Amino acid sequence: MIEIEGLGKSFPVKGGKNVEALKDVSLTIGDSEFFTLLGPSGCGKTTLLRLIAGFEQPSIGSIRLDGRDVAGLPPQKRPVNTVFQSYALFPHLSVARNVAFGLEMQHVPTAETRARVQEALAMVRLGELGARMPAELSGGQQQRVALARALAPKPRVLLLDEPLSALDLKLRKQMQAELKRLQAETGIAFVLVTHDQEEALAMSDRIAVMDSGEVQQLGTPRDIYDNPHSRFVADFMGESNLIPGHELGRDPALTIAVRPERVMLGGTATSRTKGTIASITFLGLDTVYDLTLTGGTRVRARRRDIGETLGLGDSVSLHWPPEAERELRA
Amino acid sequence: MSAGAFDWRRTPGLGSLTGATLMFLYAPLLILVVYAFNANRLVSVWSGFSLDWFVVVANNADIRAAAFNSLVIAVVAAVVSTAIATAGAIGLARGRIGVAGSLAGAFIVLPLIVPEIVVAITTLIFFSAIGMKSGLINLIIAHTVFCIPFALIPIRARLSELGRSYEEAGRDLYASEFALFRRILLPLLLPAIASGLILSFVVSLDDFIISMMVSSAGSTTLPVYVYGMMRLGVTPEVNAISTILLAVSVAFVAVALLVGRRLQRTDFSQQE
Amino acid sequence: MTPAGTIKRSSTLALVAPTVLIIGIFMVVPLGIGLAYSFLTAGPYGGVQQPPTFDAYIQLLFDRDFDGSLVFSPSYIFIVLRSIWIALATTVVCLAVGLPVAWYIVCQSPGRRRVLLFLVTLPFWINTLIRTYCWILILRDQGLINNVLRGAGLVGNPLPLLYNDGAILLGMIYTFLPFMVLPIYAVLERIDPRLIEAAFDLYADRWDVARRVIWPIAQPGALAGATLVFAPALGSFLAPDLLGGGKKLLIGSLIQMQFTSSRNWPFGAALATVVTVAILLIFAARARRAGEAMP
Repeated sequence: MIEIEGLGKSFPVKGGKNVEALKDVSLTIGDSEFFTLLGPSGCGKTTLLRLIAGFEQPSIGSIRLDGRDVAGLPPQKRPVNTVFQSYALFPHLSVARNVAFGLEMQHVPTAETRARVQEALAMVRLGELGARMPAELSGGQQQRVALARALAPKPRVLLLDEPLSALDLKLRKQMQAELKRLQAETGIAFVLVTHDQEEALAMSDRIAVMDSGEVQQLGTPRDIYDNPHSRFVADFMGESNLIPGHELGRDPALTIAVRPERVMLGGTATSRTKGTIASITFLGLDTVYDLTLTGGTRVRARRRDIGETLGLGDSVSLHWPPEAERELRA
Repeated sequence: MSAGAFDWRRTPGLGSLTGATLMFLYAPLLILVVYAFNANRLVSVWSGFSLDWFVVVANNADIRAAAFNSLVIAVVAAVVSTAIATAGAIGLARGRIGVAGSLAGAFIVLPLIVPEIVVAITTLIFFSAIGMKSGLINLIIAHTVFCIPFALIPIRARLSELGRSYEEAGRDLYASEFALFRRILLPLLLPAIASGLILSFVVSLDDFIISMMVSSAGSTTLPVYVYGMMRLGVTPEVNAISTILLAVSVAFVAVALLVGRRLQRTDFSQQE
Repeated sequence: MTPAGTIKRSSTLALVAPTVLIIGIFMVVPLGIGLAYSFLTAGPYGGVQQPPTFDAYIQLLFDRDFDGSLVFSPSYIFIVLRSIWIALATTVVCLAVGLPVAWYIVCQSPGRRRVLLFLVTLPFWINTLIRTYCWILILRDQGLINNVLRGAGLVGNPLPLLYNDGAILLGMIYTFLPFMVLPIYAVLERIDPRLIEAAFDLYADRWDVARRVIWPIAQPGALAGATLVFAPALGSFLAPDLLGGGKKLLIGSLIQMQFTSSRNWPFGAALATVVTVAILLIFAARARRAGEAMP
């Protein structure tokens, strides 16, 4: 179990100033949780991961692993292992020796090491490739070696820094399923860093959405998707219309968030507002309508069933059920 | 690309210029080699192919002594300077330094910037001031100093090319600092270290002006001795020993290149 | 608390210390002593002795007349100027040849590039002594050129090709040409070929492209190469000595002479100080230029 409290990290930059990469982050990660840190570049998610791993020291706050304060402990002394974004496989060692490395450093007896290396390779389905060199493997295979190497020492927590970003789409989907399976099989906590919200939704038990060094929202995938607490989260997760309150004749301090797939056009239901169709894009399964409201706000509607009745420049009414919208302040 | 199509890579005349330049660079050396094999004592008259002068040179005890000195100095200077440079490069690239680091950085470039003649005379002045009599040690020290930058540069380049993630991965997998150095850093640095060794060796072997000022009658290096011969006039012996020196330099550069190429093949640099 | 990923301060110092100490003790200190010596009096058999004096520096510009008064003597100034002129000429010629050659190499396929670069760089690793000596073989009265010319009946008496400024210049160009090609190549190699194609697409001809696309990009490399050639050329010893016959003095051979036949150590040290300061200024100016050039 990882307990993070009041964690903050600043880096000095040129010009004598400091940049605050992380500001006052507090969260708890359970023993067998698949936990994801999600956010855009620069939001602090990688910094947080590196703090857990021990590659950086916090400026303020604490990190506890199983109740033990680990500040001051170098990575060597933390029961935490990392899968690096670039894999960082040792080029001069074979796959098997790469996987064995952590065990050798912990002085695990040779026979046991060999067995556990085989076990780890089998777990990532690379059992046959122990003798190869990393340079001979494909990107996907290298990634699995990196996984095996990090899992072999049986850490309490596995950290993954954007592990799938270098893979092509199809491979990425495959690996997402693989990672989920591995986490269930090993039963340890996985902490994943990614900027891809679809990936986060697909794999996680819980997600922490981060921006500008802070946790914007923490919850299950469903929670975060259906109940975004802020503009940022609403906008970041899936596609979302953000309509200022005054366009709908409501409290101008509010922003109303509605997903395009819930916006309905025309029909007999009570209109929320009126808009002019600015563009129509046919995508096969869906048709996307971009509309302009009277105040100038752009709204997108994604419909499946309307047919040819609407055209460019038409003025239509928009509506959606109350449960489809979220009221946000900033 | 069909003939006649515009290819901006083909600039008329440049090929000939480059060819002429290469000829300019190599012709004098070839001429030297040809003269060295000339049987005639009169260098300008060709009278047949001969190895005589090489034999004369090989039998010359003074030349052998000077060559031996050069070799010893080069080996010691190369090994010592590469060891120091390796430590220095790692310290500079991975350590916490502040003012000391920039100072070290400036020091390292110094032997490359200060003109050789100035280095030569100030080294002479230094040894004279501290009362150290001329000898092999003086030469070894002087050579080690200017070899350090030559060894350090490839090692530092390689370190920055490697990046930190291998070391972070090593630490993440419980390696102690020493194990990290021995099992990860050193193997990955080996091509650069070998490169540095060979570079410093050649640079030391080739050195002239510094050796000239610092050496004495008893301890002289081969280039200094050959210079002495040259001042007395052009002789076939000079041609022969010069050709030998030429061959040695070329051989070493070729070795350095091959070693670098081979070690490169078993390596694969960091992605992204 | 040291961030993990770097080495402890004490270890860092231990690693860097040998480098700093060796270079500090055996290069920086000697430079300091050299500077100090330039302010002392020449000893009778070489070396220095008290008292401290500005004599060495004064000697650069003035002679002492019989009555002890100072007379302006430009001979040393001339030597300095000649050295600068020859170094400059060397740099210009190396640039004029090195730039097109570097461009040619950049335009070749990767395989040919490697071969060509190797061929251009190889002479750099060959003993400068040998490389300079070759020109003696070629230029002297019984050397290759004269033999060919006389053999062909084109000249009666041998041409005095050696022991003049031209020979020195030739020797220096020969020595320093590789120094110029490499930095320029390094810069030109990074040009995106599409830049060139875009220029041609916009109706430029070859000369335009050379002048307005290639040359601006090559400039930092050319500057680096020029510095790498000019500085050592200024202090060069071998070419002036072997090819100049010892009669034509340049700074390098002048300095060397003070420590051998002339036995005037302070004067040699003063000359060395002046040259070193000048070169350090050149490098400093270039470093500042390079720093400013970065956005």
